[in-house]
Amino acid sequence: MSGHISPKSTYYAVFGALMVLTAITVGVAFIHLGTLNFPVALGIAIFKATLVILFFMHVKYSSRLTKMIVGIAFFFLAILLLLTLTDYGSRGWYASSRGTTTAGTQVTVTGPNQARKPVAGEAR
Amino acid sequence: MPDAAAIHAGDDGHGHEHVHHPAHQHHFQTMEQQAEASTLGMWVFLITEVMFFGGLLMAYLIYRVWYPEAWSEGSQELNIILGGFNTVVLIGSSLTMALAVRAAQTGWRKGTIVFLILTMMLGLTFLVVKVFEYKEKFETGHVPGPNFHFEGPFGPQAEIFFSLYFALTGLHALHMIIGFGILSVILWMAWRNKFSPQWYTPVELSGLYWHFVDIVWIFLFPLLYLVDRAHNVV
Repeated sequence: MSGHISPKSTYYAVFGALMVLTAITVGVAFIHLGTLNFPVALGIAIFKATLVILFFMHVKYSSRLTKMIVGIAFFFLAILLLLTLTDYGSRGWYASSRGTTTAGTQVTVTGPNQARKPVAGEAR
Repeated sequence: MPDAAAIHAGDDGHGHEHVHHPAHQHHFQTMEQQAEASTLGMWVFLITEVMFFGGLLMAYLIYRVWYPEAWSEGSQELNIILGGFNTVVLIGSSLTMALAVRAAQTGWRKGTIVFLILTMMLGLTFLVVKVFEYKEKFETGHVPGPNFHFEGPFGPQAEIFFSLYFALTGLHALHMIIGFGILSVILWMAWRNKFSPQWYTPVELSGLYWHFVDIVWIFLFPLLYLVDRAHNVV
């Protein structure tokens, strides 16, 4: 088996970078950035994970097939997270006589001529 | 001569004339192909692990969008010192694990053993710190259930935060315990001198698992401990 052997210095450098990024993510958490706090923390975590995957897990030196499989893992994770969030994020965008609030609670708005009888079999 | 490196000449019953490594399975043409297949299989397993933790992360994200105040207040109750210490410990264990794999690659048996023991000790340190953190949660009543207690108007919502805290960190800790068991076997194999620069696949694959568990924590630490420390709401 002739896998790529990284020099020790690579591992020490990656470890150092991960430590610095950990310090940064802790520091940034105490700075008020408004809505940016969460994306910044997540961005640093993704960058740290990428370093671990590329160097500690040797994906940088792996075959293209392995690289594709790794990519697929995060592609499916993105589908899971983003498509679900499009649902929760868009709740309440459209006004209707029966809809959901952003918190997911079903509401029924009744006004003149809007009160309607539930259709048979319709969930109330 | 170490027995892993003992290469026996090819009379293996199906007429091969070339030399054969004892770990070489006959349905692979070369050792490289065999290692490639093993690595690929491990990554396929890790995809299922990504999706496993991904589902819990999804639940975390949705509840965070719904109950930002409870998430902020719940997060303040977690011990950032212990969480940060554990982050350093776990990333350190990933470094020693990478060095253990490297030692196996270069055929340095003693190095493999020492770095595996260091990795396991760091993993154990992580778990011990986690026990103290859990103990504190039991004492302050932050464990979801009939005895859950949380000051302020967001108690029931904070209970959801702590449910996810225990689900995520508990499953992560379970992975650590399983990893500790796997590394014990690898350590025993390294002790018996099973690995050589020609064949170290079990060390490499256990390393992939260990680094994956490290990556999970790299996400859990900011999401649970650091989120909304600056007292801001989405």
